Amino acid sequence: MPERAKVSTAWAAEAAGGPGPAQDGGAGAVACASEFEPVIGLEVHVELSTKSKLFCGCQAAFNAPPNSHTCPVCLGLPGVLPVLNRKAVEFGIKTALALNCEVASFSKFDRKNYFYPDLPKNYQISQYDLPLGTNGYVDVSVDGGMRRVRIKRVHLEEDAGKSVHESGTITGSSFSLEDYNRTGVPLLEIVSEPDLRSPEEAYAYLSMLRSILRYLDVSDCKMEEGSLRCDANISVKPKGSSALGTPIELKNLNSFRAVEKALAYEFRRQAEILARGERVTRETRHWDESRQVTVLMRRKEEADDYRYFPEPDLVPLEIDEAWVAEVRSTLPELPGVRHERFIREYGLPAYDAAILTESKDLADYFEAAVAAYGGDAKAVSNWVMGELARLMNATGTDIRDVRVAPTALAAMLKMIDDGTISGKIAKTVFEEMFATGKEPRQVVAEKGLVQIADEGELARIVDEVIAENRDVADEVRAGKDRAITFLVGQVMKKTRGRANPQAVNRLLRERLSSG
Amino acid sequence: MRLYELTAHELKEKIERREVGVEQAVRALLDRIAEVDEAVRAYVTVAREQALAKARAADERLARGEPARPLEGVPVAIKDNMCTRGVETTCSSKILKGFVPPYDATVVELLERAGAIIVGKTNMDEFAMGSSTENSGFFPTRNPWDLGRVPGGSSGGSAAAVASDEAVAALGSDTGGSVRQPAALCGVVGLKPTYGLVSRYGLVAFASSLDQIGPITKDVRDGALVLGVIAGHDPRDSTSVPRKRCDYLKGLVPDVRGMRIGVPKEYFGEGMAPGVRAAVGAALKTLQDMGAILADVSLPHSEYALATYYIVAPAEASSNLARYDGVRYGYRAPGCPDSVTMMTQTRSEGFGAEVKRRIMLGTYTLSAGYYEAYYLKALKVRTLITRDFDRAFEKCDCLVSPTSPTVAFRFGEKMDDPLAMYLSDIYTVTANLAGIPAVSIPCGFGEDGMPVGLQILGKHYDEATVLRVAYAFEQATDFHKAKPVLRDAGAGGAAMGGAAARGAAASGDGSGEAGGGPTRKAAGGEADA
Ligand SMILES: [Zn+2]
Repeated sequence: MPERAKVSTAWAAEAAGGPGPAQDGGAGAVACASEFEPVIGLEVHVELSTKSKLFCGCQAAFNAPPNSHTCPVCLGLPGVLPVLNRKAVEFGIKTALALNCEVASFSKFDRKNYFYPDLPKNYQISQYDLPLGTNGYVDVSVDGGMRRVRIKRVHLEEDAGKSVHESGTITGSSFSLEDYNRTGVPLLEIVSEPDLRSPEEAYAYLSMLRSILRYLDVSDCKMEEGSLRCDANISVKPKGSSALGTPIELKNLNSFRAVEKALAYEFRRQAEILARGERVTRETRHWDESRQVTVLMRRKEEADDYRYFPEPDLVPLEIDEAWVAEVRSTLPELPGVRHERFIREYGLPAYDAAILTESKDLADYFEAAVAAYGGDAKAVSNWVMGELARLMNATGTDIRDVRVAPTALAAMLKMIDDGTISGKIAKTVFEEMFATGKEPRQVVAEKGLVQIADEGELARIVDEVIAENRDVADEVRAGKDRAITFLVGQVMKKTRGRANPQAVNRLLRERLSSG
Repeated sequence: MRLYELTAHELKEKIERREVGVEQAVRALLDRIAEVDEAVRAYVTVAREQALAKARAADERLARGEPARPLEGVPVAIKDNMCTRGVETTCSSKILKGFVPPYDATVVELLERAGAIIVGKTNMDEFAMGSSTENSGFFPTRNPWDLGRVPGGSSGGSAAAVASDEAVAALGSDTGGSVRQPAALCGVVGLKPTYGLVSRYGLVAFASSLDQIGPITKDVRDGALVLGVIAGHDPRDSTSVPRKRCDYLKGLVPDVRGMRIGVPKEYFGEGMAPGVRAAVGAALKTLQDMGAILADVSLPHSEYALATYYIVAPAEASSNLARYDGVRYGYRAPGCPDSVTMMTQTRSEGFGAEVKRRIMLGTYTLSAGYYEAYYLKALKVRTLITRDFDRAFEKCDCLVSPTSPTVAFRFGEKMDDPLAMYLSDIYTVTANLAGIPAVSIPCGFGEDGMPVGLQILGKHYDEATVLRVAYAFEQATDFHKAKPVLRDAGAGGAAMGGAAARGAAASGDGSGEAGGGPTRKAAGGEADA
């Protein structure tokens, strides 16, 4: 049986009973952790966002009514045959190229045989010895430096369905139901070499991988919807040693944070075992999100035997150079390269460049705004990372759905530059633009937010405020300089922010020093 | 001559000339099934009402003046491992009892589009695993020439149906000889096309890299006619080859003068029954007399063919048959406490002994540590076998051999000895391993007056040559016109008359029980009437 069968709670009980590594292990744990280092590799599965499934014409959709996107082929009815979706192969090639892999000119599909009710044929069409891509790498920035993470292989396979158990768990249910909507959706498996040296690096690698996949537009990479899944392998060895430890496989990592936390937990657990002079046994462990511990799923005395053999219903996949070249020509500028360019071309701090290039859409937005603005790119960056990001977070809006066009943001920045509005008023204007999609000029006109340019009018209001606050004015005259801020505030209030604070300050001083 | 005795091309012509209505023809055929199938047991399902409805629709079409299609009104039987929309498809297995496909196999679609009327689904060895149809999960089919003998297999139902005039033509599937061997044992024509020529979409897979659908017919012309309908590229089958459609009827020239016909010495060694040897020997002489040049050739890797086949086929089968687990369709073992038990029990109860034997064999040879020694090695030998043929075809237009080493054997004779049963395929498996076309045609009678088949093998996609030689031989002889006589078929098992040897080839060796031998009509006047 595959690994999904049963979860033993032996280690969990142990962890819950004693001062397990889940808790802050205290001085001992810190000491032992510092003598060891983890060796981590990640196996990532992403669902490709092709219109149809890998081997049939069914729509690959998320959240549809159970079994509404199925046909004889993906249900594995007797007599059906798979037909390869070329688009999925193209997405695979694209990803392999972006991960600096060698793309196989001759690739093939194999059957991975195992029995499980969510697998209609009781074999999965996958790739075994001739994957689509091999020997790639991704550069990930970690702790101020760069880590090159080697990619072992990238291959295509079909997804399985979903078992729904009556009472939520398989053991407590009197029946289970199967939903085969996901069956046959194309998956790309991306396996890294064990090149990661900390849970934080694993997190950074995953972020970079997701960023690249989104740049390529081959997957939406939503971990919560299962379109990105991650298993981890972690072993622990004494620092500086070249001998590798026993690898533990971690499953049920349902978020980036879970990956990081489970690896951190597992590192401490294994380091403690080694510090006691004991040996880590080879096993598959399950991350228990609610208890923040890993628990034993099953021991792995020997490798699984999936009886792989070449899929006789498909012909070998020949990928000629012309096809690879064609796909290569569609590759966008990738996040790593773009990050460097943003620093170089726009003079941005590395921090800004990293945040802006994480998502292709955000980076595109930024560049479009800079181009329309023509002014200081850092000012654009401040607005995008500041107000725009704040409003997107507050409203849960995706950059693709933001109603403020980059040209509108640029127009607003110009209005600040030419003194039409103040920087403070701009925040109000931007909020309105974000909510309504209106142009900044329209917002400013409708709300009467144009800065008061007429000095005479401003002087009249200043005089009014002095008259209404004689005692404060006297304090200023008496040399209590800080009191002037109150008067500036009153003027701003009267003008509903339309006054230029510097001008107000100057006018107040002129009047109060001569008085 | 009765309507059900006609060949497909004869019947189609009569329908085209409005001498016979489609419903009339189909009724005659259904009546014939009602008359003799209790004795022969060729069918697992007779789709009587569907067939009659389609027949009436065809008559209306013709009445509207629409032209007759290539198989207009021809009643055809389909082996029960090809999916038929709305008609139960079981592969003669308990595990698929009750499975009604929501779709038609490509070949079924093509046949119906060409005007054929599907009359029913024929019995077979369970999941096409066997050479006698005794492995059917339901009941064995009997050989129309001698109801005490097997019809061969695994397409035994289709071959017996055509031989007993219970179908004008039929489809079988051939993984290691499953079309040709039963055709030989029942005295009819069976063609296995080149791998990739006919779509496998809707054919329930046994061994995907070997399976190929082929026609079983009363004569070679019908074989060519049906092949022309079912051959062609199908985008739903990635292993079907895009090629230009071909009119196989045009190539049927009764002339083999100057053609080089190879006789592989490995196919004439020990283990062949004397009656078969004599009949095939006479057939070679006939071809020579017709002007063909016989040439001795060698296919040196033939001795490994059966072993190779019994590694490749079960390996693929072990995976192909994994889907029958009771979760989605077919049989489900009742009262199981959990899904693992349910799947295990379903398979234990649903599959027969031979199917289990091959699943275990295949699971074993694909296992880690054995894969290289068995499966991978078998694939290499397969390449060598293909090369043997390539080399032979450098100097020959086609090859000939016996189809089966023996005539039809008696029920139970080989059931306790799987290896003896496997030897039935010794001359046929190579064509599947190499992917080349091969036909079996009647070439005489052997032991106990039972039919003997001559196998003609050709180059990849050279069905034309194979059919031409078969046609020429058929035109020069009249073995194909001989028919078994089924008497008192309804009255229990006592269906057969006495033996009436017709000295076309070697006579029987006399070992048959008294009264157990076949009776056949004279091949002369009546068929031409
Ligand atoms: Zn589908």
